Amino acid sequence: MDVLMIQSFAEPGLTHFLIVSAILFSLGIMAVLSRRNTIMVLMGVELILNSANINFIAFSRFTELSLDGQMIGLFVIIIAAAEAAVALAIVLNVYNRFKTINLDEISLLKG
Amino acid sequence: MVEHTLHSIGQYLPEIVILATLCVIIVADLFIKSERHTTGWIMLAGLLLAGYFTILQSGRSESVFYDMVAVDPFAVFFKSVLILAGLFVVFFSMKSLELENYKSRIGEYYMLLAGMMLGMLMMVGSTNLLLMFLALEITSISSYVLVGFTKKSLRSSESSMKYIIYGAVSSGVMLYGISLLVGVTSATDIYAINKALVAGVDQTLILNIAVLMIIVGLGFKIAIVPFHFWAPDVYEGAPITIAALLAVASKIAAFGMMIRFFSVTFIDSAGFSAAGVWSAIDGIHWDILLGGMAALAMIVGNLTALRQDNIKRMLAYSSIAHAGYILMGLVILTSEGLTAILIYLFIYLFMNLGAFYVAMLFMNKAGTESIEEYKGLGFRAPLAGVALTIFLVSLTGLPPTGGLVAKLYIFGAAISAGWIWLVVIAGITTVISLFYYIRVVRNMFFFKPEDDAPELTFDLTSKLILFALLIPTLLLGIYFAPLLEFAKSSMSMIGF
Repeated sequence: MDVLMIQSFAEPGLTHFLIVSAILFSLGIMAVLSRRNTIMVLMGVELILNSANINFIAFSRFTELSLDGQMIGLFVIIIAAAEAAVALAIVLNVYNRFKTINLDEISLLKG
Repeated sequence: MVEHTLHSIGQYLPEIVILATLCVIIVADLFIKSERHTTGWIMLAGLLLAGYFTILQSGRSESVFYDMVAVDPFAVFFKSVLILAGLFVVFFSMKSLELENYKSRIGEYYMLLAGMMLGMLMMVGSTNLLLMFLALEITSISSYVLVGFTKKSLRSSESSMKYIIYGAVSSGVMLYGISLLVGVTSATDIYAINKALVAGVDQTLILNIAVLMIIVGLGFKIAIVPFHFWAPDVYEGAPITIAALLAVASKIAAFGMMIRFFSVTFIDSAGFSAAGVWSAIDGIHWDILLGGMAALAMIVGNLTALRQDNIKRMLAYSSIAHAGYILMGLVILTSEGLTAILIYLFIYLFMNLGAFYVAMLFMNKAGTESIEEYKGLGFRAPLAGVALTIFLVSLTGLPPTGGLVAKLYIFGAAISAGWIWLVVIAGITTVISLFYYIRVVRNMFFFKPEDDAPELTFDLTSKLILFALLIPTLLLGIYFAPLLEFAKSSMSMIGF
């Protein structure tokens, strides 16, 4: 049993990568749902995007998807950077107006 | 290979023109420091040129850029509708008083608008999951900034922050879904995915999760329940021109992408019967799931709109309800239902833009967005008051307006496909919607204005824009045969 386990870790397969990405995805969703600081929420979003990236790269390594998956991975990195830049600009503007970035305290709009 | 690429570039001219417009606006903004909307006129010229090239594409049906993009009647229909919406929004922006305080940055505004148009045109044409996601993100990222464009306003800042958080999370979830779908089928373009699905895949559980996650992303874009929470806040806080664009154009583009994705990917090429349509993946009953979402959207949207006072917020809930009505056509997924969607979207463009436009005129002149303060406005501005009445009557779906035709076709398609319970819910919620639309009309016309309240006058161009929206809304209620033909002939997709 021990030998088998060690062997399976020595040669990681598709399943291992999918499990890591699923864990990352769940952590990202948890961060988005539980954090009240906007920056932490945005970091959760980064986790989600990167978990999808792990999926793409793993599939491109282990299935017939070949290089398509890695190409998508590159595009996703760019998208994530662009989104983070815009998000930080918006958060900066919100901080200038409200003097806080706590999501619960920014609630003029409701109903 | 080179020939194919060069040929493909020739088929991609509308998008290329919009992209060039974007670049020209950036450069022009550096040099031209006039107080007038020069960049807006550049944007207008770019949109007209793109519209011209889109019309040239009509009748063609081919797949370009190695199955990345489809140029077919379906894409041409959506592109023309989107460009029409873009033209109206540029005109609105030139008339908007809200944007006057940001004159020095107006070039940025039009630049982002061009970016959003580019993304939306790409959304309706792309047939590759990567390109679909990129198009969706181009649209989203531009619109996050546009929503917060009036950055000195607290409400605008807050709404853009809420929008980007909801948007980023849902597009992240969608991307994870795409990664699973791509992994299970080992293909990125929707034709190959369809082939793999028809041949059968082993991991049905993963496949179902993947499709659910993709529905989250698309559902966010069309603002369907339960992914609608952003819509009221964002529409209320955004500049009214952008709220109109989000309610009309971005919803139309998302529906275009959703229809293409579902009808090409999950169709069983063996037959186009009602049962065979959704059968490419088993597990969840997709039609019932989407039907339930549509029903919820109608109920939640219409009931919540009843107690709104801000007109933009009211229109936001009404647009959620309309997304529910439109989704009915997708639930059926027959070509009759999809044709009904095209008709609905075309009419929805005029009536909803019209309602937002009159709300903007009232905001400019009377300085209010509150429905309570609309009391007597019908007497102070008879033309705008009557026009708003017609737009709202059309949104309800009463004769003799285009809204009736739109609802009639979609209800008829749903009945003939046997979705009686959905049509019953749609009918009941339509009656409910009458209350909140008519409340605006009652406030405008059933109260006398205060004696010292001045009459509101609008200049000639404002009136012309109003008529350009009003006449189609009325005309399509009486004479809609050409639209019907147009929609029917547009209902041909590659791989459908």
